[in-house]
Amino acid sequence: MALTYNDAIEKYEPTLGLEVHVELNTHSKMFCGCATVFGAEPNTQTCPVCLGLPGSLPAVNGKAIESTILIGLALNCSIAPFSRFARKNYFYPDMPKNFQTSQFDEPICVNGYLDVEIDTDEGLKAFRVEIERVHMEEDTGKSLHVGGATGRIHGAEYSLLDYNRAGIPLVEIVTKIIPGTGKYAPAVARAYVTELRDILRSLGVSDVKMEQGSLRCDANVSLAEIGSGKLGTRSETKNVNSLRSVERAVSGEMVRQANRLEKGERIVQETRHFLEESGVTRPGRSKEQAEDYRYFPEPDLVPVTPDAEWIEALRATLPEKPSLRRKRLQAEWNVPDKEMTSMVNAELLDTVEETVLLGSDPTKARSWWLGEISRLANEKEVAATSLITPAQVAEVISLIASGDLTDKLARQVVEGVISGEGTPAQVIEKRGLKVVSDDSALMVAIEAAIAAQPDTAERIRGGNIPAAGALIGAVMKATGGQADAAKVRELLLKHLGQS
Amino acid sequence: MIRNSAAAMADALSKKEITSVELTQLHLDRIDAVDSQVHAFLHVDREGALSQAAAVDAKRAAGEKLSPLAGVPLALKDVMTQKGIPTTAGSKILEGWRPPYDSTVVTNLKANGIVILGKTNMDEFAMGSSTENSAYGTTHNPWDLDRIPGGSGGGSAASLAAFQAPLAIGTDTGGSIRQPAAVTGTVGVKPTYGGVSRYGLIAFSSSLDQAGPCARTVLDAALLHEAIAGYDKKDSTSINAPVPAVVAAAKKLDVKGLKIGVVKELSGDGYQAGVKSRFDEALQELVSAGAEIVEVSCPNFEYALAAYYLIAPSEASSNLARFDSMRYGIRVGDDGSAGAEEVMRMTREVGFGKEVKRRIILGTYALSSGYYDAYYGSAQKVRTLIVQDFAKAFAHADVLVSPTCPTTAFKIGEKSNDPLAMYLNDIATIPVNMAGIGGMSLPVGLSPDDGLPVGFQIMSAAMKDDLMYQVGGTLEAALLSKWGAPILTNAPELAAK
Repeated sequence: MALTYNDAIEKYEPTLGLEVHVELNTHSKMFCGCATVFGAEPNTQTCPVCLGLPGSLPAVNGKAIESTILIGLALNCSIAPFSRFARKNYFYPDMPKNFQTSQFDEPICVNGYLDVEIDTDEGLKAFRVEIERVHMEEDTGKSLHVGGATGRIHGAEYSLLDYNRAGIPLVEIVTKIIPGTGKYAPAVARAYVTELRDILRSLGVSDVKMEQGSLRCDANVSLAEIGSGKLGTRSETKNVNSLRSVERAVSGEMVRQANRLEKGERIVQETRHFLEESGVTRPGRSKEQAEDYRYFPEPDLVPVTPDAEWIEALRATLPEKPSLRRKRLQAEWNVPDKEMTSMVNAELLDTVEETVLLGSDPTKARSWWLGEISRLANEKEVAATSLITPAQVAEVISLIASGDLTDKLARQVVEGVISGEGTPAQVIEKRGLKVVSDDSALMVAIEAAIAAQPDTAERIRGGNIPAAGALIGAVMKATGGQADAAKVRELLLKHLGQS
Repeated sequence: MIRNSAAAMADALSKKEITSVELTQLHLDRIDAVDSQVHAFLHVDREGALSQAAAVDAKRAAGEKLSPLAGVPLALKDVMTQKGIPTTAGSKILEGWRPPYDSTVVTNLKANGIVILGKTNMDEFAMGSSTENSAYGTTHNPWDLDRIPGGSGGGSAASLAAFQAPLAIGTDTGGSIRQPAAVTGTVGVKPTYGGVSRYGLIAFSSSLDQAGPCARTVLDAALLHEAIAGYDKKDSTSINAPVPAVVAAAKKLDVKGLKIGVVKELSGDGYQAGVKSRFDEALQELVSAGAEIVEVSCPNFEYALAAYYLIAPSEASSNLARFDSMRYGIRVGDDGSAGAEEVMRMTREVGFGKEVKRRIILGTYALSSGYYDAYYGSAQKVRTLIVQDFAKAFAHADVLVSPTCPTTAFKIGEKSNDPLAMYLNDIATIPVNMAGIGGMSLPVGLSPDDGLPVGFQIMSAAMKDDLMYQVGGTLEAALLSKWGAPILTNAPELAAK
């Protein structure tokens, strides 16, 4: 019988290693001035340098170095006073020079760590993930294999090449091996990538969109029998395109390897591709025969030698760590754990904070974004933040606070803004949604209601307060529901001598 | 007129004694008359040259201020990209490629109004010392058409010696400017590494390649040097500092008080007797002019050649990987039956010549895991030792000197089956590239044993290029007054065919 995940962790201890590739969001490429816009027409963002034309030479993008140093600092790394680019030599049609300009034995950032927390049945658990290195390299072009069943180069009729991506700055962040995570290995992997993504986002150095490939994770997993003190043979799973997939890929690989080991089969050292639909991995390239990339220092580039003063200046610009910021905001806003988690998972923390900074009550801001707006966003299958701005939400909240809108009217205003009818003020104006708060206008409606139902008015005068409901209803009807019912009641009772 | 120096031509142009169109046409006519024998050119851009010349003439007529060499024609080594002009680097693999961009050297030439006549022949990817490795036929030495014109820049040097152009651009990785200059009786300068931008120079060995001026006089070389040199942000290894004042230095004609260091290791065994005697006579001229001669020792030069033949092929194996038929150049086997990898393999099989393949294999091996430290790693250490040798030598001397090559021009075919003998030709020029310093070759007479030109090498420390021009200019003037006429007046007349 096949082992389940629970069986697997009874007997085997996993060891993780994570490699994350991040596309920097610099306006130009790593070694030339070409634009880096995602999704542009194929081969329109190219030049002699990123096409690797004979005679062309690279020149380093200073902004990319700055971004990489920031990443290293945020991950508690040492920044090397001297680092070099190296050429990684191998032939592939989407690599214009047939070598990738990368870093090898002299990376720019080394020896850092990232602390992560995972939510378990036994409460929050902390893990420290040690970072081996952070280095810079250039991305390759993209191949599109046409014809054939698999979309892979083998069996394809022909291939199309798009070099727009060739030369986009990439930063590779490599962990040391992560031992001791046990049954939490999948959760730790996910928490690490999540925390890393949040840090990168807070630094503003990357779009960190896993679905667009601007953040890509390769998960190395190996198993060894618990207590054996050994390290098993690892596999490297690629193509993991979401946070959820990171978790699924690790657990899937653990189960697959446990079942092989259980049957006495060996683990093949290879790259594997994660299949999003089934959650399993299929074999890719074997790494049994170590590839020889013939690395050597890139002679076309001078060494990178950032001075200490610059590094310290960059360190001073580091934003608050996302984990600390979450803790601070949770305390300041007094948010229960569960709600905090849903706000973070919905990726609305920044948006809510922005709304709060515009003067809104934190609880109200949170409930609008996670409630009504998220509901509408889910209906439309878009991001909540694409529907309405924090400023507009703050405006609506402030109109409720001032009594100009009721909750019910406010929902209509929000709906109007989302339907493209303009700003909250414009929607209120167009739809005539403002609460009728002008006492004299209300009094006209109240007097009209009294005149229409003199008997009811008499009963109220005689002390039958509940009878007021009929007159209040009439006023609300007359004002199209835009009056504040409490206010109507107050004015009515006062007018009839009952307060 | 075509036998004049570039400076004299520039003077005639500025005095409006001749137009650039006329001057260019004279050179095009000369190319038509003699290039079937010399084969210095792979491509002659008649229309382009004449229209560049016409543009300069128009500017001159309009009274615009022009740079010193404006309107003077030049021959460009085929390793430099020029927008829209066929550029092959002497290789079949690039047959038919027209670059979509100008190299920085070409940009600078155009900005100076220098007229580009065409592209000159060379050993494939600058690998060779004779142009016999060109995929497009050998260039012949105008001094003796049965002899090699040197290499890799044999086409550029021969075009000067055959009066097809007064100026040329060369590139020098291990001697490819200086050795051709030596064997053709012309002047060639490898500037300090980083002095001239490499952007658009099709790379052979990135850490050694350097473009530089080729001319018939030291002053002409200096004028061209100042036109093409300078910082370029497109080349990270280019030096961000003012260009040494080489024109002023070439005009100084004074070496009083300068110390000239003779490198002990670059003479003696293996050096042709006639080369040695002309070298010694030239030294005497410098002494007469007031210089002091000292002997310096550079013990690690012994290993320079071996180290060079690890570093240069290693870098080349990587630099030449891009020639895979996917984006430019020839493509072999693209009939739909073979995959991309197979097409790459077949293209490289057909597109590269024997010497290029030899060096790619050598370099691939030297960089391989398990061999890297022993080969590439050790070679880099030797390089450091050579740098130190030079530093010590320059502590005792302002410039260093040696014969440029051990011999005069050898016969075509004489060494083409003996790569090691061929490699030895560069023994005196290679250390300069390994250390990234400046080197110049200028003619110091004809070897008494065979009547062929002998080259004299002057080496100067990094960014002290002006010193070698100062010494070279002084020596040239002294020899000219002794000879009464430029050395090239001794070259046989080429019959127009």
